[in-house]
Amino acid sequence: MTVNQLDAEALYAQLLAGVRPLVRPDTALVGVWSGGAWLAERLQRDLGLEGEHGVISSALHRDDFSQRGMSSADPTRLPFTVDGRPILLIDDVLYTGRTTRAVINELFDFGRPASVTLAVLVDRGGRELPIEPAFTAARIEVAPDDRVRLARDAAGRFSFDIQEGD
Amino acid sequence: MLQQRNPQLNSNGELIHLLSIEGLPSAVIHQILDTAGTFLSVNDREVKKVPLLRGKSVFNLFFENSTRTRTTFEIAAKRLSADVVNLDIARSSAAKGESLLDTIANLSAMHADMFVVRHSESGAPYLIAKHCAPHVHVVNAGDGRHAHPTQGLLDMYTIRHYKQDFTNLTVAVVGDIVHSRVARSDIHALTTLGVPEIRAVGPKTLVPGDLKEMGVRVCHDMAEGIRGADVIIMLRLQNERMSGAMLPSAGEFFKNYGLTPEKLALAKPDCIVMHPGPINRGVEIDSAVADGRQSVILPQVTFGIAVRMAVMSTIAGNNA
Repeated sequence: MTVNQLDAEALYAQLLAGVRPLVRPDTALVGVWSGGAWLAERLQRDLGLEGEHGVISSALHRDDFSQRGMSSADPTRLPFTVDGRPILLIDDVLYTGRTTRAVINELFDFGRPASVTLAVLVDRGGRELPIEPAFTAARIEVAPDDRVRLARDAAGRFSFDIQEGD
Repeated sequence: MLQQRNPQLNSNGELIHLLSIEGLPSAVIHQILDTAGTFLSVNDREVKKVPLLRGKSVFNLFFENSTRTRTTFEIAAKRLSADVVNLDIARSSAAKGESLLDTIANLSAMHADMFVVRHSESGAPYLIAKHCAPHVHVVNAGDGRHAHPTQGLLDMYTIRHYKQDFTNLTVAVVGDIVHSRVARSDIHALTTLGVPEIRAVGPKTLVPGDLKEMGVRVCHDMAEGIRGADVIIMLRLQNERMSGAMLPSAGEFFKNYGLTPEKLALAKPDCIVMHPGPINRGVEIDSAVADGRQSVILPQVTFGIAVRMAVMSTIAGNNA
């Protein structure tokens, strides 16, 4: 699939169907800031899960800190006990896997989860770490320097924000 | 004419040293306060440590004593996973006659990545920042009467935490303004952040009229100074000032400028009371106020660690 064909709302419907079998009664949804957090917020509602979803930031565990400095992000907020919980991590775009590695480290600073599963809206390939999602709504091909991010309008509808690299 | 670059910022305008709040853009201040908010929540985790400064060495260089400030810097650096070396310089090499820059050169040879400097001479941290290797970062932890920027930033964090917006506030700074690096840093920060009314309150000997040049309203009458205030920042009255001709006596000072519940009632009902510590009960502040519901003196200490973590991680992540 090319990026121009991407329909974020249609992919969200696939993600919702795809994560349903991954969710156990005590599963906690944790969205990666920022796009993944929007997805987790909506999935929490559409899956009829009780309580609040979590939001997790990679900022304190990034491996490019010495090159890029502090990144700005909302702080991690996990309104539940992490110890012993199955965690379903949600992200919008999976690329190198470095952000996933960082947020797993962040997650473990809060306790020892029973398991961590990853589901993503789109996978753009280019992995640099051994990380594979349990569910992917779509695989896309984009140039390595292009930036692909989820966007959300005032009505809560999803679309993709694509910026071509230099 | 070429404008000389602020030595705290790199060519991209990013913070590489924290030497003074004077001249810092408001966006940089807000970014530090936002980052501090992230670090504050680290206290609620099972693992109260983040790896941002793992493998880095932070040297606390205190040429002037301060157990409290040094401890908060030490805790902040350790929460960022740095190795911390505390040097009580007052009692070591300086006493043997080694120059400041020789001391710095020696410590740099021990692979220091950051210096946290407290010095009785204004400008000492600037001198160090100017002469250290490009990868080394410097934080001013108080220099002479000049600046105490992390205290200024933690005061701003405290005000933002309780009042959200700076642009509708009346802030009174009370006490020995002329000798206070805290007051100077606070006034620069409050001005940059757009506080419309800053009052400097105290006797003529400690609050000279030329402070007006810093954009503050000078009040020698306590009631006038704190009436309607949203924030009162009390300063510590340093005992050494008492011996000179600056003040008649501690009792006299307390009568006129000590913050009592009766005087505090002149401020807004939701006014917060701040103090950089250590407090002198019964000299500048009454115990009923220091321990009262409007006091945020202890939250200031907690916020101070998060703000120092934010400062150290911000400068360590930016290259010269």
